[in-house]
Amino acid sequence: MEMVSTMDQENEVRECRNVVCMRGIVKHFPGVLANDHVDFELREGEVHALLGENGAGKSTLMNILAGLYRQDEGLIEVNGKEVKFNSPRDAIAAGIGMVHQHFMLVPSQSVTENILLGLSEPRFRLNLPHYDAVVAQMAEEYGLHVDPRAKIWQLSVGEQQRVELLKMLYRGAEILIMDEPTAVLAPSEIDDLFVTLRAMTQKGKSITFISHKLHEVMAISNRVTVLRKGKVTSSGINIADTSRAGLANLMVGREVVFRVDKNEQEPGDVILSVDNIHAENNKGLKALNGITLNVRAGEIVGLAGVAGNGQRELADVITGLRKASEGQVIIGGEDITNLSPKAGIRKGVSHIPEDRTHVGTAPNLSVTDNVIMKNYTEEPIGKGWMVNDTAATKYARELKKAFDIIVPNVHTSVRLLSGGNLQKVILAREISKKPELLIAMQPTRGLDVGAIEGVQRLLLLQREAGSAVLLVSEELEELLSLSDRIYVIYEGEIMGEVADGDIEKIGLMMTGMQMEDIRLQGEKSNE
Amino acid sequence: MSESMTSNISPKGRFPFKLKIEPRLKSPSGWFSSMLSFLAVVLALLVGAGIIAAAGGEPWRAYAHIARSSFGSVGVFSDTMVKAIPLMLTGLACTVAFRMRLWNIGAEGQFFLGAWGASLVVLAPILPEETPQWIFIIVMSIVGIAMGAIYGFIPGFLKAKLNVNEIISTLMLNYIAVEWNNYFIYDKWSEGGFQMSKVFPRNAWLPRLADYAKEIPEFRGLTVHFGLVFAIIAAVVVWLILYKSQWGYEIRLIGDNPKAAEYAGIPIARNIILVMSLSGALAGLAGMSEITGVVHRLQGHISPGYGFTAIIIAWLAKLNPFAVLLVSVLFGALILAGREIQPSGVPTMIQGVIMVFLIASDFFMRYRIYFARRKEE
Amino acid sequence: MNLAIILQAGVATGTALLFATLGEILTERSGILNLGVEGMMLLGAMTSYAMSNKFGNPWIGILFGMLAAGLVSQVHAFITVTLQADQVVSGLSLNFLATGISLVLGEGLNSLVGVPLIPKFDIPLLSQIPFIGDVFFAGHSALVYVGYLMVPLAWYFINRTRPGMHLRAVGEYPSAVDAQGINVFGMRYFYIFVGGLLAGLGGAAISLAISPGFFAEKTTSGQGWIAVGLVIFAQWNPIRAAFGGYIFGALRRLVLDIQGPMLLLGFANPFYYNPYYGFFLKMLPYAFTVIVLIIGSREANRKRVGSPAALGLPYIRGQRGL
Repeated sequence: MEMVSTMDQENEVRECRNVVCMRGIVKHFPGVLANDHVDFELREGEVHALLGENGAGKSTLMNILAGLYRQDEGLIEVNGKEVKFNSPRDAIAAGIGMVHQHFMLVPSQSVTENILLGLSEPRFRLNLPHYDAVVAQMAEEYGLHVDPRAKIWQLSVGEQQRVELLKMLYRGAEILIMDEPTAVLAPSEIDDLFVTLRAMTQKGKSITFISHKLHEVMAISNRVTVLRKGKVTSSGINIADTSRAGLANLMVGREVVFRVDKNEQEPGDVILSVDNIHAENNKGLKALNGITLNVRAGEIVGLAGVAGNGQRELADVITGLRKASEGQVIIGGEDITNLSPKAGIRKGVSHIPEDRTHVGTAPNLSVTDNVIMKNYTEEPIGKGWMVNDTAATKYARELKKAFDIIVPNVHTSVRLLSGGNLQKVILAREISKKPELLIAMQPTRGLDVGAIEGVQRLLLLQREAGSAVLLVSEELEELLSLSDRIYVIYEGEIMGEVADGDIEKIGLMMTGMQMEDIRLQGEKSNE
Repeated sequence: MSESMTSNISPKGRFPFKLKIEPRLKSPSGWFSSMLSFLAVVLALLVGAGIIAAAGGEPWRAYAHIARSSFGSVGVFSDTMVKAIPLMLTGLACTVAFRMRLWNIGAEGQFFLGAWGASLVVLAPILPEETPQWIFIIVMSIVGIAMGAIYGFIPGFLKAKLNVNEIISTLMLNYIAVEWNNYFIYDKWSEGGFQMSKVFPRNAWLPRLADYAKEIPEFRGLTVHFGLVFAIIAAVVVWLILYKSQWGYEIRLIGDNPKAAEYAGIPIARNIILVMSLSGALAGLAGMSEITGVVHRLQGHISPGYGFTAIIIAWLAKLNPFAVLLVSVLFGALILAGREIQPSGVPTMIQGVIMVFLIASDFFMRYRIYFARRKEE
Repeated sequence: MNLAIILQAGVATGTALLFATLGEILTERSGILNLGVEGMMLLGAMTSYAMSNKFGNPWIGILFGMLAAGLVSQVHAFITVTLQADQVVSGLSLNFLATGISLVLGEGLNSLVGVPLIPKFDIPLLSQIPFIGDVFFAGHSALVYVGYLMVPLAWYFINRTRPGMHLRAVGEYPSAVDAQGINVFGMRYFYIFVGGLLAGLGGAAISLAISPGFFAEKTTSGQGWIAVGLVIFAQWNPIRAAFGGYIFGALRRLVLDIQGPMLLLGFANPFYYNPYYGFFLKMLPYAFTVIVLIIGSREANRKRVGSPAALGLPYIRGQRGL
């Protein structure tokens, strides 16, 4: 209550008629000002997009609204009443539910169990059959089809998202926050989601939609608030009154170049040839089902697909981190199927892994130790049985300079580095080896725009230098602007190959349609 | 960002400052780290004093006694060093394994097997009694090291090939090693029905300073033996391996992030087996040096838990081989003096309290804690 | 060697292991590995024995024994949950600490005589069943019967109740639980405490029923460690834990009994003619633990059921009340 009175003196009091009003929100993290006096308002029954780059403070703001963080300053009103959330439970009680980017679902438990998690009902005994029926009925009502008895790990990403929505609806949420909900979905699933969201707003729900994808924001939302570096650059403008370019400008603060310049060049010999590869995922389920593809020197080959369709497993098999049950991987004319990762490294394979912190780096070791990970046995860093510290430090300093890694010195542990700098450490290590073959998994994910451009330029440089590059990405725009050819993967199979950048075809294949079927359909409609 | 946290100890209180906790963005200096460990030990001794007092003992007298009877004169300091030698070697054994985050809790068992191996040379017998001393020492070292290494290899193999938790397997092997030794001292090598073997021939003893008292009178009664040289050499070797060699780089990388190591093409299973064997070898050498330098026969109570104290030593020394040597001397004193302290559990308890405070103090290495002026609310 | 007698003794001996294993299962289900079971058992054994003597009532002794172990477990809770330190190292230190305290405070306890013990009795009717009655329902201490009740209760609690569902979730995916407003830290403190209570009960079962008395480290002689191993064998399932506990109990008894007869399976019994071969028999429970671990890990690999996904990892979130 004290807080309200002081705020009264500081801020001019505005009446809040909307379902949510956030005023002057400030949130510090060590070394970062994540939200700098942010205002945000959500009207009843609207889809309000929160647009901004990675690190602009969108998720922080919504985590505050969802009760996960507490603001340092500022106040929140819900339905005209000031609220103070100490935990997500308080936010849920006020009718606010958040669907996080990483789903908050327990994989080993059933859909119903996940929906009941944290509720005060049932009190003690868990009568699952009864609640299964309740959940099934609710799923029916909102068109969110999912089997209540299924375990979460058995569900597709789209289904898991439905479970998250059901979880919020079951709690009586009137205000839904969706953090980057489309990042994990195939184009057709995105359409389904948008239909569901519209249906919900018609039932009076209000939705905040966090995104950095302009076309989606244009497609689904009524109004949009843009954040840049923790500040609001545009507050609650009607989507009708804006344009894609205008929003991009507000988001980035300058005109965005949507295409990267790429010179024409003839590709050389086949460097990587993958033939009929079969493999299992970590759960022991079939993940790759006869993958065949090739990458030649001096070309970037894109691999498009929704996450979890076998991309990671394929990269693992090529780099020797996973055993293939059938098929062949040939690199530079040598069969390296099911050999150790070392064999690939010797053949000049570099790998930018998807998971930077858990696979790509050793967090508590220094920058130096992290950049010599793949050449510590080679002269001049490896000397006999020893590691030459002086040579290693010199090498690390050179890379720090060449790749502009921002770190006090090369003895700093990499766990203290930001995401972008961490990626630079990995890129520095992998690219400075002048690879024959570069496997790049989601190399720009989670980076800000400047860093993304830098990474993309580096990939193109590798192409010019004659490396074969296999680029795995979920960003279609990135794939289209960088790749010479694009394969589309779906449930462990290659659906087809596109060389002309036909985005419609790629979209169809991402949902499991074979190239031939698309062609046949095209012919039919022409008739 | 998800790792950050700020906390509010008393949100409702009127206290004008609040405690803020933030993750460190820079690693604290080595000076800070040493001070922190020192403080942790001091605090631990204070808490230990409280418990001793609660049990009806006199803590300050106990501590003073420990200090006097371990550092009070050259003679007792020599005895302290004798206790420190097996701690140094087992401490190094743990250091090697812990560097790879392999929790070898089996240094105790490996110590027993090392002692048994050395005894085997005399009692099997492998060498006749009149063998020259230097041959005895070399062969006993080799057999002791080999037995320790085999005893480390077993859990290493089980972990690498069958994914068996090394903490439990090494612990179980400790109990098995004790029974194994028991069989030999009760039955096979029992001397006249006593639960111990015959005394080794003088040629099979490690040289002691006292052996040279004829030439240098000051050495009279000093029990420090050649095992100290083993320990110092071992520390240098471990330091070279862990911090200078390519293998050591692999060990550190696997220890910090096995997935990254695998990704960098480093064979993990092989390294688990090698490191466990090396760790066992060092502990085996400790057993050999204890049996040939101090006990001179195989018997039941050859270790007051050296292999367990070694765990704390390695941790307190922050896995630095040379620091292991120094810390071992302190714990040698604790064990030496602890034998006479009542109640008898005091050394174990103090070790436990020290370790609890040490691991708690790590928090301050990762987080910065300060008071911030509370905003007017 | 009478099979019924061995099994009966197995059930009696295994009860201590069972309690400790159940406690560790609950702790690990919440995502916390507590390697201090051996020390906590010893503390429970010491305290309950001393308090039973002081108050002249074994039940009050048990109560104190459980509370002592529960309290000391909170050291581990503070270090691993609040300070987010390594659970392995913290568990090992807890072991030293609890063992040390037990030895210091338990000095001289072995000279006590006439300490009141847990009563033994037959279960009416059930004990009349041939063989099974002898093994399970005749002449056992009350704690054995408590053990029978606890196994299905623990199973039901974990799998069929709301708090059990939360427990499973917090060990698998604490952020999901946190996002629903459940206090992850509080839950972990609580289940570490429960693990401590049950380890203490296991210790009390030894010193007040199974092999009465307090004989320093020999009281538990590694059973706490065996319990930690059994959790893996049990795959975090109380029913399997009961199997493991009783089998181990029987094995310990078998080791003693096998030295008795002159003939073993029709051959001259080497353990009868040379009692020192008994040392090899004494290795068996420990060797068997390793074997059980191998079986457990292989089975887990094959069926792809693993430990709770968050086991051993500290939970850190954006903001929390400390």
